[in-house]
Amino acid sequence: MAETRYGMAINRALADAMQADSSVILFGEDIAAAGGPFAVTRGLQAKFGPERVRDTPISEATIAGAAVGAALGGLKPVVEIMFMDFITLAMDALVNQAAKAHFMFGGQCSVPMVVRTPHGGGLNAGPQHSQCLEAWLAHVPGLKVVVPSNPTDAYALLRAAIEDPDPVVFVENKALYSTKGELADVPQPVAIGRASIARSGSDATIVVYGASVAAALNAAAALAAEGIAAEVIDLRSIQPWDERAVLASVAKTRRLIVAHEAVTAFGVGAEIAARVSELAFVELAAPVLRVGADFMPVPFARALEREYLPGAADITAAVRRCLDWKANARIKP
Amino acid sequence: MRIELNQQELLSLYETMVLIRRSEERLSRLFGDGEVPGFLHLSIGKEAVPVGICAALQAGDSVASTHRGHGHALAKGVDLRGFFAEILGREEGLCRGRGGSIHVADLRVGMLGANGIVGGGLPLALGSALAHQVRRSGGVAVAFFGDGAMSEGVLHECLNLAALWKLPLLFACENNGWSEFSPLMRQFAAQLCALGNAFGIPAVQVDGSDVEAVRAAANAMIASARGGAGPQILECRTFRWHGHYEGDPQKYRDAGDLADARSRDSLLVSSARLEAMGVTTERIRTLERAVEARIEAAVAAARLGRAPDYAAAAADVYTRAAGGTHG
Repeated sequence: MAETRYGMAINRALADAMQADSSVILFGEDIAAAGGPFAVTRGLQAKFGPERVRDTPISEATIAGAAVGAALGGLKPVVEIMFMDFITLAMDALVNQAAKAHFMFGGQCSVPMVVRTPHGGGLNAGPQHSQCLEAWLAHVPGLKVVVPSNPTDAYALLRAAIEDPDPVVFVENKALYSTKGELADVPQPVAIGRASIARSGSDATIVVYGASVAAALNAAAALAAEGIAAEVIDLRSIQPWDERAVLASVAKTRRLIVAHEAVTAFGVGAEIAARVSELAFVELAAPVLRVGADFMPVPFARALEREYLPGAADITAAVRRCLDWKANARIKP
Repeated sequence: MRIELNQQELLSLYETMVLIRRSEERLSRLFGDGEVPGFLHLSIGKEAVPVGICAALQAGDSVASTHRGHGHALAKGVDLRGFFAEILGREEGLCRGRGGSIHVADLRVGMLGANGIVGGGLPLALGSALAHQVRRSGGVAVAFFGDGAMSEGVLHECLNLAALWKLPLLFACENNGWSEFSPLMRQFAAQLCALGNAFGIPAVQVDGSDVEAVRAAANAMIASARGGAGPQILECRTFRWHGHYEGDPQKYRDAGDLADARSRDSLLVSSARLEAMGVTTERIRTLERAVEARIEAAVAAARLGRAPDYAAAAADVYTRAAGGTHG
């Protein structure tokens, strides 16, 4: 057991996967010689050589498309899209090619590829370097989307993603790279699609993923001081998402809040709220509430971004609103 | 550049060209009779290109194709019954009726799929070439693309990356002069071979109606790519006899252009060569009749095929059941 930063846990997962399987290769912009803009792939080219760890030109469409072709050719490519905002340039390969090949070709083949990409704000990186676009990808049948919140899960989920026969988008969070956590010498595997209970509680369920897990834990700690026991569920994977774990928690708490850094409208929270309302309407003591970003691009200036990003206070407020909800309350537009 | 093929070799290429021509003529009639669901893009007129190129390939080589991909599939050796069953939307189809004409694929023979996205196959072929290189398989990948894809950004990315990485990749352009409904001169300001020069990629233009010329050029370029010389560009000047899609009234094309397109017929070019080599007309007709009989048997079998199973399709969105709930 050693204390490890989130970024280094990903680095170790890549190294261990490459050591275990010679068909695992890495390519992306500035990942090899420079070690990546966030140093996540540092040292891997030196360790595994220039054939298996490659720098590409700034060609996102071809990086993703080549990963599909390489996967069909028997490799397990792990490619990096430097910022999730740039995944717009790789969407044909992901949506029309990778996601569909297994289905569209009648099950003849699988596409075992991983796209690593960081989302998230907090660095004043502005409207084109901060977005959380994971809901787009979760909307596409054939893709899997995981969003680990801590070093242990980052390691285990990346190993699982590389082993997975289908295309997986592995979403990192720029604000998490330097956060620390424990990583076992022999880490336990985690299956894609399984949530974890980050904090137990009986009064309300807060469903989160990625960097919002820390915000939810802070909110739960603040609420505990008021005598409110919130349960925090870390989804870890949003496509597939662990419906059973969420329903089990809601059966206990009867109140559900879904929080994420992404824009609220048409987001992951909307899907989970709708699904839980369909399946557990009578269990719910209050409407499912969502916490997310306002419907605007991520702003640049410090004060603007601070106000824009949803945080612990927003989650705390939503939990209180959910607990205070009265059956005859009107929805305020 | 011209390498003399012997009678038997040329007969074999001619047979595959006839297989493509007659299969597509049959598909055109089936489409007219309402038996083919969806869209149908025919490659009649350019049979010599896939046949000449695939004849230069080995079993482990791979090809990525386009929306006009029937010729690539048949030349690479996909199963004929599975081919027709797929296009007619049957369970017995190569893709179990999930893809249709625009997505015919057979990974067993290295056919990575027709593709509904113009230029979509280019980076797939590049990735396949990367796999050949990393795995030291000795294989080569071919990216078939039309002149319409020359204005897609991904072509330019792929030329650059293939050259940087010296990938065993043949860029095989089928230049028929038409990007869907628009002539090439209004679509592309450059010349493909000049573009190849800019990236340091050897590029050759060839008469795409002469299967012997295509085969000879492809042989040389594929051997170079296989030998580690990096990517190659083969631009085949060819013709589109039919519309962009079946049912396309082609009002954008004048009669002269259509007549020009049909004036050079790859089948006639090769049958004349065969006759000059001393192959009798009767022998050629016998070969053609045998191909036609195979096609009719495949169509008959496809018509008797089962409707695809919805539950099986739904179970194939992912390779195996995942831990959570999709959707």
